[in-house]
Amino acid sequence: MIRIEPRNTNSAIFSYGVPILSALVALILASIPLWFAGAPVLVSYVEMAKGVFGSKFAFSEMLTRATPLMFTGLAAALAFRAKLWNIGAEGQLYLGAMAAVAVGTGVLEAPAFILVPIIILFGCAAGSVGMVVPAFLKTRYGADEVVTTLLLNFIILIFLQYMLEGPLKDPMGLGWPQSSPILDQGMLPPLMERMRVHSGLLIAVACALIAQFMLVRSVWGFKLRAVGENVFAARHAGIKVNRTILGAAIASGALAGMAGVSEVAGLKGYLTSDLSPGFGYAGIIVAMLAGLSPIGVVISALFIASVFVGADSMSRAMGVSSYLADLVVSTSLLCVLIGGFFARFKLVKTSVKGQN
Amino acid sequence: MAEIIQILLSDSFWAASLRIATPLIFGVLGALICEKSGVLNLGIEGIFVAGAMSGWMAVWLGAGLWGGVIVAGLAGAFFGLIHAILTVPLGLSQHVSGLGVTLFATSVSYFFYRTALPDVSSPPRIEPFRPLEIPILSDLPFVGPVFFQQTALTWLALFMVGLVWYIMNRTGLGVAIKAVGDNPNSVDAQGLSVYGLRIGAIVVGSALMALGGAFLTMSAFDAFFFGMVNGRGWICIALVIFASWKPGKALFGALLFGAFDALQVRMQTEVGAKVPTQVFLAAPYVLSIVALVIAARRAEYPRALLTPWFKGQR
Repeated sequence: MIRIEPRNTNSAIFSYGVPILSALVALILASIPLWFAGAPVLVSYVEMAKGVFGSKFAFSEMLTRATPLMFTGLAAALAFRAKLWNIGAEGQLYLGAMAAVAVGTGVLEAPAFILVPIIILFGCAAGSVGMVVPAFLKTRYGADEVVTTLLLNFIILIFLQYMLEGPLKDPMGLGWPQSSPILDQGMLPPLMERMRVHSGLLIAVACALIAQFMLVRSVWGFKLRAVGENVFAARHAGIKVNRTILGAAIASGALAGMAGVSEVAGLKGYLTSDLSPGFGYAGIIVAMLAGLSPIGVVISALFIASVFVGADSMSRAMGVSSYLADLVVSTSLLCVLIGGFFARFKLVKTSVKGQN
Repeated sequence: MAEIIQILLSDSFWAASLRIATPLIFGVLGALICEKSGVLNLGIEGIFVAGAMSGWMAVWLGAGLWGGVIVAGLAGAFFGLIHAILTVPLGLSQHVSGLGVTLFATSVSYFFYRTALPDVSSPPRIEPFRPLEIPILSDLPFVGPVFFQQTALTWLALFMVGLVWYIMNRTGLGVAIKAVGDNPNSVDAQGLSVYGLRIGAIVVGSALMALGGAFLTMSAFDAFFFGMVNGRGWICIALVIFASWKPGKALFGALLFGAFDALQVRMQTEVGAKVPTQVFLAAPYVLSIVALVIAARRAEYPRALLTPWFKGQR
């Protein structure tokens, strides 16, 4: 017989080792689909690495891709810590992007130091609204937020379609469903000459540091974690559970909205309905790989972005479908889940009943 | 108003309702079985994709339509088994594991489809299920077109409603599955295997979900498209709660949903000029949320839903 027993110690080797090992295992497992696609496996890995570390430009592209993943990863990490299952970061991202475009494309003429904060504020507020609604439906009516946030993603995408064909449509856009460009002074400044990486990255890292501090050191963070760990104990201790959940929802939605702001006002300059190739969903994986730690999110976002950018360039060079990246990323989520189990529990052999 | 009544009286409307409801019937039944045993299966959306892709691919490779259905069911069972292993013996978060399975099953399906068909601009087509023509019955007015011109998969879905109801309410197996979702300790005390019942329920439920996906590529359409599942799995998760985990109500919920969806498509052509199309496109998702909000408080959740159980720990 094999029995499952909790480990007494929660050592650092496990909390750091498990995510790293999971990521490696997922990368190694990618050799199966590569082999299936008929690509030379080792050469493919080299191409993948070259796609990320091969040049200064490649590396900056990886940082560009990591930026929205940090925001959506933080959004997921904060909400999940409170056991608030925000699966709606994809929709909230688009709400943020729509708000950024609504105020940033000429409605408001202001110098950069005023316009940029206003765009960020509106984007974050819009993202928050997108999460407050399901949080309210959860606390008031008991409607499962997993389902409502997932369904809201579809509703928001349809709403986006409407906005891009109607109120937000660029009159100069030659009939394409896209928004007008954000004013030059509304754009987040780039970080490097002739590269696409922009100051959204710095904001993302700053958000991670603030989130880490708030979560670990502030009363707000303590309440949030208490509600997440044991809602009955938290209520018994006098913590206002609904208010705490609402707070987590506001923070989580704002971060997801910021991902949209960063993409539209940092990278693209205008809004289309394919702004995000699933950054919202990938954010969940980023957060899980990070063990729901905000600082960890920065590192795991870099890893996930490397997989995406590396696999993209590999697929161009080798003719393998770029869905390989999604495959590696989702495999790493399953691996980190299994790894997390072995970090918390050990399997004990029990020979005969009554012994040991 | 007169237009709506006219739509409601037309046989094509009710035939469409039943057709739209079919994949949802499979999905809701599958989710119901999983959740009755105490495990939420958010892998459903990805399992739909896997069923749609693998079933279609099998037919395209020459397996025959029923061969495709079997392949789809096996694919669903496979991804269900992954979810089962993660959530039952390992007791991991059912939310995260389910989402992981959805992302995994979706990316596996997309990757294999793209690898098998690298450079197709328009997806290749198969010969899908034809409506079952039944002599005399198919020619009946109204009832004929609504019921007797559906494909075999719709009939299979309706049959499954009865079968699931029978197993759940009239057999010892059903009692055991319900008990393991309410109070696993009592099942363990009876000497039955909690793990076995739960894993079995998830695998079978997931196979049913995959048939919903297979209906899309093998009956509703004749090809596989990226993004074709389009949230149908998530709608099923909402419908299970709406149906309070009862097969009969699940059928009713799926039909209601199908009717509403068929109605909005027809309304679109009636009043399309005055109302933006997007209002109609968003309607199914809004309706699901409304149904969830209405049903959530009254719902009788399986008492051990989301709670992992470990042998030897109470």
